[in-house]
Amino acid sequence: MGELLKVDKIKTEFQTDKGPVTSVDEVSFDLKEGETICLVGESGCGKSVTSLSIMHLLDRNGSVTEGSIRFEDKDLAHASEAEMRKIRGNDISMIFQEPMTSLNPVLTIGDQLTEGIRLHMNYSRAEARSYAIEMLKKVGIPRAEGIIDEYPHKLSGGMRQRVMIAMALSCKPKLLIADEPTTALDVTIQAQILKLMKKLRDESNTAIILITHDLGVVAEMADKVAVMYAGQVVEETDVYTLFDNPKHPYTLGLMKSIPHITNPDDMRLNSIPGSVPSARNMPKGCRFYDRCPHAMKRCLAEKPELKPIEDKQAHSIRCFLYEEEEKDYEKKHAEKQHAEKEVSS
Amino acid sequence: MNMPLDQEKPLLQVKHLKKYYPIKKGVISRTVGYVKAVDDVSFDIYPGETMGIVGESGCGKSTTGRSLVRLEDPTAGQVLFQGKDLATVSQKEMRKLRTDLQIIFQDPYSSLNPRKRIGDLLAEPLLAHKLATKAEAEKKVNEIMEIVGLPKQYKNRYPHQFSGGQRQRIGIARALMLRPKLIICDEPVSALDVSIQAQVLNLLKDLQKSLNLTYVFIAHGLGAVKYISDRITVMYLGKVMELATTREIFEHPKHPYTEILLNAYPIPNPHERNRTQMVIEGDVPSPANPPKGCVFHTRCPFAKDICREKAPGLTGKDHLVACHFPIDEGKA
Ligand SMILES: Nc1ncnc2c1ncn2[C@@H]1O[C@H](COP(=O)(O)OP(=O)(O)OP(=O)(O)O)[C@@H](O)[C@H]1O
Ligand SMILES: Nc1ncnc2c1ncn2[C@@H]1O[C@H](COP(=O)(O)OP(=O)(O)OP(=O)(O)O)[C@@H](O)[C@H]1O
Ligand code: SF4
Ligand code: SF4
Ligand SMILES: [Mg+2]
Ligand SMILES: [Mg+2]
Repeated sequence: MGELLKVDKIKTEFQTDKGPVTSVDEVSFDLKEGETICLVGESGCGKSVTSLSIMHLLDRNGSVTEGSIRFEDKDLAHASEAEMRKIRGNDISMIFQEPMTSLNPVLTIGDQLTEGIRLHMNYSRAEARSYAIEMLKKVGIPRAEGIIDEYPHKLSGGMRQRVMIAMALSCKPKLLIADEPTTALDVTIQAQILKLMKKLRDESNTAIILITHDLGVVAEMADKVAVMYAGQVVEETDVYTLFDNPKHPYTLGLMKSIPHITNPDDMRLNSIPGSVPSARNMPKGCRFYDRCPHAMKRCLAEKPELKPIEDKQAHSIRCFLYEEEEKDYEKKHAEKQHAEKEVSS
Repeated sequence: MNMPLDQEKPLLQVKHLKKYYPIKKGVISRTVGYVKAVDDVSFDIYPGETMGIVGESGCGKSTTGRSLVRLEDPTAGQVLFQGKDLATVSQKEMRKLRTDLQIIFQDPYSSLNPRKRIGDLLAEPLLAHKLATKAEAEKKVNEIMEIVGLPKQYKNRYPHQFSGGQRQRIGIARALMLRPKLIICDEPVSALDVSIQAQVLNLLKDLQKSLNLTYVFIAHGLGAVKYISDRITVMYLGKVMELATTREIFEHPKHPYTEILLNAYPIPNPHERNRTQMVIEGDVPSPANPPKGCVFHTRCPFAKDICREKAPGLTGKDHLVACHFPIDEGKA
């Protein structure tokens, strides 16, 4: 698997009437062909802004001010609008939480589907139409030949999301960004859509950035996971390591606070005290400081960096605890060697 | 867990409750049909228990909840609180009953008047019902704020100055002011961040114990419902599909829809991702035009001819199920 995307320490800022606000700060992750990464975290932690930064779809008052976004051999952070237009919908496509807002209500499903196909794939009108019908069938739309001439409001939420997926995948993108594609749907429909996404991914080897706040969805879909908190990635590793051996105090708290149907009856939920800091009141040191049960003195003043730790798998954490541990480990190791030397001499 | 004892009297009885909303068309607003939001729902709720109501969007959970506190007039059927029919009690008695029945909504923000300080918002129901003097109300406000874990000095703040979790605490505090017996919680944590949901769920559970409250807990998320409920009602298209203790629902579901619903939830454990999952196709039909016979037959993998013709009744003693072919242990 070749490396497809490398997001390196990007910072995204918005200019507001109350001054600049940093929404995403030092976000890094990478993705190989065919791989799925989940960005997970609470509301406002910067998941959508991260993906919109990659796509150059930020509101006009927002921009990526630091870092790089390497996609194949291009740096998207510095790509021109003309270059981006070629990439969007072709190499990278995106689906959103509420399909109704991203489908045009006055155009038929077919008009909207074939536009991209004709633009990026050089098909004739007739070819594009039969290809569009084929795509609709592929995503499980019944009566695709009829539905193609309907308007979006005639379809249910689950159907619209299928149309969005058909549209996003029609030009065989290398990367699909799905921003909470099932959050607005009922669970039985969510199960259908996740199953469909898995099937299409396996067939086409498309890499996926899947944004969600549901750890259940993460466990079903991800190869790797980046946990975000207050605009930063605080932990990144493969999905099995994340669930079997979570390390960051925020990740640990999150895992224990979810009521799950497999929990024993009388288990009390662990709750994380307090709430997420706002962009304007960001703590100076570690952003989780106020809520962290392990906070130390240095966490108040110093900013922890996202650093790889010793683990069986690649595993990075933004927390001083593990640096301390490492230092402790090194110190103890040195002491031990020293002691051993003394004994042997 | 509070198991209803046979001799114990229910606090609330719901009997054949129906709520149909007319669908109007044209300039003269002719009624062309009805949305059958709640269609013949019955259950009893016992003192101190939590009845969970689950089901997919539009199945009638909120309409049921609102009918229980008479924010809706039922189209048919009865709601009895401590044996009294809410539809026929006198105005005066209803005013008294209103203090016993409270509701907490999903969106803590829209349910609070943005121009009022929290202290006033909380005192309001007491003063409106003339249940306390200003000084007494103030004392009570302090008390309740302490109970729900809000610092007293926040009394002078406005709703927008609170976080989502804090606002939901305010919503809970407001419901508690009149010392109700029954609280309908309509998706009280759905709008909150995961790390905050646990705070509110724990608070609700603690309050139930210390204040001897009875809850109806409405939610999408099965995890939260399981955490807090003693019994669970599963609804589909305005009807009750299954009603049993939480343990029975999770360990021995009898209705195909319950089984499928439980199965559809993603499990937060990647080692389970290759389990065989029962995924049903199709969408929930419109409640304006529900299928004949069993309302679930259009999506049910076990549907037979009779299901398309005859609606199954809700049967059973403690574990109620509405299905011609309930799942039995041996078969499943
Ligand atoms: N156009 C904008 N101007 C100013 N701030 C913005 C703008 N767009 C987003 N933000 C801020 O950036 C931060 C991150 O927002 P983002 O939408 O990425 O969160 P999210 O993780 O996707 O949350 P959710 O789970 O609620 O979708 C938020 O604090 C948000 O208010
Ligand atoms: N005031 C109303 N007028 C007309 N139809 C209504 C009204 N209120 C609810 N309905 C309809 O009644 C049905 C049941 O709605 P209800 O809000 O009770 O569902 P719900 O189970 O609470 O759904 P959700 O999980 O989305 O909150 C829906 O089809 C809804 O559109
Ligand atoms: S750096 Fe300190 S405050 Fe931050 S998560 Fe680690 S221990 Fe907690
Ligand atoms: S009555 Fe028939 S269609 Fe309805 S749930 Fe039972 S088996 Fe399925
Ligand atoms: Mg978002
Ligand atoms: Mg509702």
